[in-house]
Amino acid sequence: MENINDIIKSLDWSPLFISIKTGIVATVICFFLGIFAARKVIQMPAGKKAVIDGILTLPMVLPPTVAGFFLLLLFSRRRPFGIFLYENFDLKVVQTWLGCIIAASVIAFPLMYRNARAAFEQIDVNLVYAGRTLGMTESKIFWKVVMPTAGPGIASGTILTFARALGEYGATSMLAGNIPGKTGTISQKIAMVIQDGDYLTAGIWVAIVMVIALAAIILMNLISGKRMKNVKRW
Amino acid sequence: MTLSVNIRKSFPSFRLDVRFESSASRVGILGASGCGKSMTLKSIAGIETPDEGKIVIQGNVMYDSEKKIHVKPQKRNIGYLFQNYALFPTMTVAKNIEAGLRGPRQENRERVQEMIRAFRLEGMEERLPGELSGGQQQRVALARIMAYEPDVILLDEPFSALDEFLKDRLQQELYDMLKDYQGTAILVSHDRDEIYRFSEELLIMHQGQVITSGETKKIFADPGYKEAARLTGCKNFSRIQRKGGHKLAAIDWGIELQCAREIPEETAYIGFRAHEFLPIWGERKQNCIKVRLAGSADLPFEKNFYILSENGKGQENICWFLQKEQWGMLREKGLPDYLQFPEEHLLFLS
Repeated sequence: MENINDIIKSLDWSPLFISIKTGIVATVICFFLGIFAARKVIQMPAGKKAVIDGILTLPMVLPPTVAGFFLLLLFSRRRPFGIFLYENFDLKVVQTWLGCIIAASVIAFPLMYRNARAAFEQIDVNLVYAGRTLGMTESKIFWKVVMPTAGPGIASGTILTFARALGEYGATSMLAGNIPGKTGTISQKIAMVIQDGDYLTAGIWVAIVMVIALAAIILMNLISGKRMKNVKRW
Repeated sequence: MTLSVNIRKSFPSFRLDVRFESSASRVGILGASGCGKSMTLKSIAGIETPDEGKIVIQGNVMYDSEKKIHVKPQKRNIGYLFQNYALFPTMTVAKNIEAGLRGPRQENRERVQEMIRAFRLEGMEERLPGELSGGQQQRVALARIMAYEPDVILLDEPFSALDEFLKDRLQQELYDMLKDYQGTAILVSHDRDEIYRFSEELLIMHQGQVITSGETKKIFADPGYKEAARLTGCKNFSRIQRKGGHKLAAIDWGIELQCAREIPEETAYIGFRAHEFLPIWGERKQNCIKVRLAGSADLPFEKNFYILSENGKGQENICWFLQKEQWGMLREKGLPDYLQFPEEHLLFLS
């Protein structure tokens, strides 16, 4: 028991903060991009829709290392786009926290996009029509009618996106690396200490990440459950 | 208020070609489902765009394909009552009613309160639509429309999803609430009773076209076209052969009919409503058909009899519906030997 206490006392908490920060920022990015993409894809003709939807969903089904490969190709400072970013905006992606965010966002994006799309597709189109005949602007209809009505779907998409971004490992390790205090996330920490055979420290991190993920899901369920209590859907 | 609609729109399986003009304040559009009546209404509201044509409301051009005018639905000042009411499920009753208002906040609030009182929604301001009954939802939907005083109100099958009991109540309620409304209201429905009750003027649509229009009562009395007669509830039809100005052979019924009226030359069918037969016991009279029963059905307030044609040519049996009050004479005298077609109820159709 003393052993655990010693470990917890001397624990470097940076992976926790890095993971949570990454999760939150990636979720915010995916929230807006996912909703935007979902709205655009719904309006597309069937053929184009199938192709674009396939591309947007790809990161969910491919191994994260494949996404990591492409991200490295894109952002490496030896490649045109990476050079462009560094020279014009002084932005470094590889081996930085920005890399963590981009990797987590790319991997978690399909969860937000697909949930938002499913939620939008279930919306009664008459609600939008009614908004128009009532003289509401398109953006008011979207934010005041469509979004709240799609609330449960959007909320579950957001939860899943956060949980996925929080635990991202494969693409993150390739793009951002595992620099303690900078890009070292919980999942990378777990992998690292297990390689050293330190199962006790790994177990503590496993417990922490499980508590956060579960707490986030329960919290969001409670919030969305309360707001949606009286909503009847058809 | 004059409304002039002249639009065309093509679909893979059918073509909408609607032309009508009306200055009545209560207009009904009667048609089977899929005949294009809802699409017509949506085009007037601007929710759907026709391929070509023109829509003018009280001199204001809402749509003109030639001049490339398409006023947005937001700017047309038209109210649309959807079949499912389309209340915003996450907004309270008060917020729903306020949704169409664009004045200053305080003014909107007062207007909402006015509507709440007018539509007997007191105490429900903070409720969500999902917590309301069907009738209350209808009142909220109508209050939301009335709040911004539209020039035209479009009612898209507002009762077709309701059970009979509620339907009758809500119809009465809706018509009462519309009584003081000065603008034009257009009701679309496949239910002839609903349309008859509501409209001064009537359009009958079939396969994307207006086949007849005019004063509602006149059209029900003399539909003129077979499809129109069918939609107004006529059950019996026969092809005819004209035998001079006052005599015809009803081919599908296997009988001949005499009329004092001149039979119009273009008549191709004869129609007869199932309730208008006169039962005859004993000797055959003029304009009769022999009763040979193919089947019957007992309904709570009506008996339906299905009678074979005299020559076996007709594909459909002839329907005779008898109201409850008249059942007594059947009990007394048994089934009649003949059914007579009183001349005043013969519908000459083309």
